[in-house]
Amino acid sequence: MASSDALLPISAREEDPLLSDGSRSDPNAETHGRRRPVKGLLAVTFGLFFIAFYVALIATHDGSRSNDVKFESDGTATTASRARLAGVSEKGNDQLWKLSGDRNTVAFSWNNSMLSWQRTAFHFQPEQNWMNDPNGPLFYKGWYHFFYQYNPNAAVWGDIVWGHAVSKDLIHWVHLPLAMVADQWYDANGVWTGSATFLEDGSIVMLYTGSTDKSVQVQNLAYPEDLNDPLLLKWVKFSGNPVLVPPPGILPKDFRDPTTAWKTSAGKWRITIGSKINRTGISLVYDTTDFKTYEKLDTLLHKVPNTGMWECVDFYPVSKTLVKGLDTSVNGPDVKHIVKASMDDTRIDHYAIGTYFDSNGTWIPDDPTIDVGISTSLRYDYGKFYASKTFYDQNKGRRILWGWIGESDSESADVQKGWSSLQGIPRTVVLDTKTGKNLVQWPVDEVKSLRLSSKKFNMEVGPGSLVKIDVGSAAQLDIEAEFEIKKESLDKILGDASVAAEAEEFSCQKSGGSTVRGALGPFGFSVLAHESLSEQTPVYFYVAKGKDSKLKTFFCTDSSRSSFANDVVKPVYGSSVPVLEGEKLTMRILVDHSIVEAFGQGGRACITSRVYPTKAIYGAAKLFLFNNAIDATITASFNVWQMNSAFIHPYSEEAVRALSRT
Amino acid sequence: MMKTMMMMAMMMGVAMGDIVDKTCKQTPDYSLCLSLLRSDPRSSSADTVGLGLILVDKIKALGTETLGQINMAYKTKPMLKKPLDECNLRYKTIVDVDVHTAIIAIRGNPKFAEGAIVDAGVEASVCEGGFPKGQSPITGLTQKMNKICDVTRAIVRMLL
Repeated sequence: MASSDALLPISAREEDPLLSDGSRSDPNAETHGRRRPVKGLLAVTFGLFFIAFYVALIATHDGSRSNDVKFESDGTATTASRARLAGVSEKGNDQLWKLSGDRNTVAFSWNNSMLSWQRTAFHFQPEQNWMNDPNGPLFYKGWYHFFYQYNPNAAVWGDIVWGHAVSKDLIHWVHLPLAMVADQWYDANGVWTGSATFLEDGSIVMLYTGSTDKSVQVQNLAYPEDLNDPLLLKWVKFSGNPVLVPPPGILPKDFRDPTTAWKTSAGKWRITIGSKINRTGISLVYDTTDFKTYEKLDTLLHKVPNTGMWECVDFYPVSKTLVKGLDTSVNGPDVKHIVKASMDDTRIDHYAIGTYFDSNGTWIPDDPTIDVGISTSLRYDYGKFYASKTFYDQNKGRRILWGWIGESDSESADVQKGWSSLQGIPRTVVLDTKTGKNLVQWPVDEVKSLRLSSKKFNMEVGPGSLVKIDVGSAAQLDIEAEFEIKKESLDKILGDASVAAEAEEFSCQKSGGSTVRGALGPFGFSVLAHESLSEQTPVYFYVAKGKDSKLKTFFCTDSSRSSFANDVVKPVYGSSVPVLEGEKLTMRILVDHSIVEAFGQGGRACITSRVYPTKAIYGAAKLFLFNNAIDATITASFNVWQMNSAFIHPYSEEAVRALSRT
Repeated sequence: MMKTMMMMAMMMGVAMGDIVDKTCKQTPDYSLCLSLLRSDPRSSSADTVGLGLILVDKIKALGTETLGQINMAYKTKPMLKKPLDECNLRYKTIVDVDVHTAIIAIRGNPKFAEGAIVDAGVEASVCEGGFPKGQSPITGLTQKMNKICDVTRAIVRMLL
């Protein structure tokens, strides 16, 4: 589709702030202040109008952008301001979405060039076909092991078995043969998700869910055939499987995803398994000494009404004081416990921080108003991220989080390109010792080994500016940035009573995306952006004034204009993010073709997005810095690295040997 | 005929308070849901999974019918070859891929069935959207597909 937007003049300025009586000169301004969101219908109408307009102008358009970037000698840049129409594709909360309003006059088709670009360079994915949940991650004899739900036959879910891969550094992987297949009656309909536990003697047990030949969910035990094989190529299923079947009161399809076990003070092993009773999500607790026979506790680890089925429950300790990971069995006064569950109803992962009572295997949240699974409760990630699972990395004393990143495109495209789904870059997880109220995640340090050339930038960016950042190829990037709003801008806005508070109503999802201009935001980067900005994915901060005159900061990714394609989901994702006194605003972005992972304020808010540009691909993908604020000038200080491929190898002994040498 | 059937179905539903009636009340299109399910004799003894499978069958049948219409349109409207090609691809995905995934997932892990059914609606809409305004030979079928997918999705969500 033609990019009529490139020719639009500035239109977003609402009113003259110098009006002495503070009155609104624009009778159409929203009552909640200077921000005027463009209504969806208006956007569609404008869109259609400007398609016609563009067609008329196409003969005179010489292809040059209407904003020229000029760098002053001190490194600041000036650009012509521009306002852009809001995106037109909307995704509802329930994942229902409608076709975008800007209909093509020609059918949009994916071609192989566009599709093959989508494959990532340094994220874990099998060579082809479908993947979902991470399974049984562990570190053993020098290797990180990763297992995953895999369909060996198609690029859609089905025929699920356990894939397997190993790495020395969580980044450079070599694929191994399938670890477990559906060869028993108790997992005939699927070898589903499970977790690993290390026993005191250093051996490993794996508990996993099998979907039986009658589609009943049961728990099974498996272990490595040969503990002397560092690659753990072969796995043996316990002859007495299943070790657990749905208990009375639990339906046969509400019993799956056993956790890593932890030691109780009584010396037993304890696991938890998610389930539901009517619409109440629950987590069942079992004790065992040998992983073969279990006693079910009468108490539940926890339950929350109206949250539906809890999948992929995870339960682990975090230190209150130290920035390090803890073995799953650690307990004590300096420790809090995290309960996390994946909500089947909404496909969102939620967690809460609380206190674990070992004597009866229960846990209560610190803040019941944001209990696990309640829509406002904390999330590891405010974008596309599900079925996540942590493990304790005894190699480096870290707790590491894996998350399944599904596709946001159509199944025809998945079938055409021959694959579906990624894993996020593994993240370390710790309690935020500064706030005590949330976790902090960060890409594992080893990802830095992929950094190639870097460029450093320092610039002041005025309101309504767009700066092209010349970094060469822009589809594989690591960006670390620090932003500061100039004090004069902040003081002015805070002191100006006519600037109404909007923080209470603002949300990334509902406030119209990155084109909606506020006093103090949005500002950030636009990644995978076409020169003409017809396709772009802004990642940004939006700072809003609150009723108490304090500032509230939001961190968002706006994929609404990421692609012309009308068969992909293009939401605006994000959340508010705590910013403490004296902190600058920081963000990190990993760009890897069709995945963008954004980390706000050191990992206090994380957003994973899938994007499928049709034009902003290969050499045409660019990087921009932007400041769409109406009043604030910001200073941005950032580093951009080109990222190498991780060269994930198919299975061969040679590939394994090569990795062993690193 | 349709009306009579529907009347009968509704009276039966009211009289028996049966699962079909209760289920259809929780979908966005009660009367469509009733007519689709009642037209299949298996519905009288089906559980929610069974009702979902009946509707997935309807999606498959409608998809197949639409593929037939697409094929015919190549001859009657050759200038629409490009959008027809796209529709061919999209509807093959519905019939071969979405339906298959929905069937296996409904029994085991219904959220994947929900995804497949939502996708079927998307594929149908995208196909329709590829025709210049007013020139689609299958608009009625697209609308029907979207409605059936909405109802089917609602039923599958009851299994979550």
